[in-house]
Amino acid sequence: MTITFAREEIQQTIKMIHEENLDIRTITMGISLLDCVSEDINRLEQKIYDKIVKNAGQLVTVGEQISARYGIPIINKRVSVTPIAIAAAHLNTEEMVRIAKVLNRAAREIGINFIGGFSALVQKGFTAGDLALIEAIPQALSETEFVCASVNIGTTKTGINMDAVLKMGQVILKCAQLTADKDGIAAAKLVVFCNAPEDNPFMAGAFHGVGEPECVINVGVSGPGVVAKVVKEFPNADFGELSNLIKQTAFKITRMGELIGRAASKALNVPFGIVDLSLAPTPAIGDSVAEILENMGLERCGTHGTTAALALLNDAVKKGGAMASSHVGGLSGAFIPVSEDAGMVEAVEVGALTIDKLEAMTCVCSVGLDMIVLPGDISAETISAIIADEAAIGMINKKTTAVRAIPAIGKKAGERVEFGGLLGGAPVMAIHPFSSHRFVNRGGRIPAPIISLSN
Amino acid sequence: MALSLEESNRAIITVLGRDQTGIIAWVSGRLAEYGVNILDISQTIVDQYFTMIMVVDLKPSNTELIDLARILEQEGNDKGLQVKAQHEDIFTFMHRI
Repeated sequence: MTITFAREEIQQTIKMIHEENLDIRTITMGISLLDCVSEDINRLEQKIYDKIVKNAGQLVTVGEQISARYGIPIINKRVSVTPIAIAAAHLNTEEMVRIAKVLNRAAREIGINFIGGFSALVQKGFTAGDLALIEAIPQALSETEFVCASVNIGTTKTGINMDAVLKMGQVILKCAQLTADKDGIAAAKLVVFCNAPEDNPFMAGAFHGVGEPECVINVGVSGPGVVAKVVKEFPNADFGELSNLIKQTAFKITRMGELIGRAASKALNVPFGIVDLSLAPTPAIGDSVAEILENMGLERCGTHGTTAALALLNDAVKKGGAMASSHVGGLSGAFIPVSEDAGMVEAVEVGALTIDKLEAMTCVCSVGLDMIVLPGDISAETISAIIADEAAIGMINKKTTAVRAIPAIGKKAGERVEFGGLLGGAPVMAIHPFSSHRFVNRGGRIPAPIISLSN
Repeated sequence: MALSLEESNRAIITVLGRDQTGIIAWVSGRLAEYGVNILDISQTIVDQYFTMIMVVDLKPSNTELIDLARILEQEGNDKGLQVKAQHEDIFTFMHRI
């Protein structure tokens, strides 16, 4: 028996973990709540609580054991559940809030970091349950700690439900107002999607889709720091070489997700769903997607060339990552949340990154306008118009897009908010002063797009 | 090489830090106490920095890898050494197709 690894390989792995912030961002257990349905709300609450605690009771312990065994940090353990608007479609708004509180209690009991699935899928219209849930979101998110909500308002196949877009502008604003003393934190736990994936392990948008099995383990990796380091080491690589370097690195990062997913699946006796091979930044220095783009040769993220750089990055990450895992899913790509990425925050502060450039970047990245902080005097209609733009990009380009925006109540462009932890903090971004009021108030749906004639 | 998942009980122990007398004696002594078999050692010193990579087999041992990892890390810390014990699969998965 000899050492089957080169010394360099072992040292590289250790360096990636300890110096370049390679980690497993999350093990997320998806749990179906479809069998919890009960007319009696007390019984429904009990069944939901019991099912989550029974299935995910060991999630945190197992996560910690695996982390210790392989010597790689697992930052979050999370649970996603069937969209509550489906699993509890008969409830009214008040009762929906009660369900959010049950989810929160279950999350606290089992020690997880977040629980997602206070969600509704309304791309084509609302059920009574959808309306009740959406109405309940501001109170639900401001009175719970761990619960995350998401609403899918459009898909490529169905078009965009503009009535839902209008409503979500109001809901986001209300979330921020109800938690104004905490910099609008409730809005940071709410995502508005177009083409929402059903197996996403990342928050705030994780939910357990109805096409998913009874229970499943999904894993999200993270590793912008590792990619940033590689890109920095090769300042003269041409684009083909650059893409290859990123592919190789993404492969290695994603392999970690595959390993941890398989190990968690085996230990918990739950099927392994997917690895989400996203590059997810954290506010930590050296864990930034913006830094990767800047290492490619941009003075600041957000300047001309940023969209091209991000397109190359996103595509190379997918190519490398797809090779590394038997099942890739979720959002899978480079995330560009502003507050969670120290490089993005700096780029906004120096005026390099504006909301318009960020929107353009979302055409080629994996999600959308994520963790952007908006002026506190913004109107609900303007938020709706921002959502509509982002959803249109997703609908036409057949990709997931999302808006997670936090109006900073009482603050103007340039002032700062702090959320803390993984959510970070960010300056308020300037928005256009002109009204979109008449447009978003038209009502109805934007029809599904034609798929051929694709220019 | 087949991509094993916990079929093996092999782990990689890495020790990094300023060179001092008795590092190998300490690690191998502790491993012997816990009944952990050393399969291979490779060690170098670069600029007074000691680097050791050890392949060990925990099969003969009653000690769990995560306990061994914790003990070595804590004792290593006291000596100013960074000591990791990780299941070999993390390296296999990252570097072997």
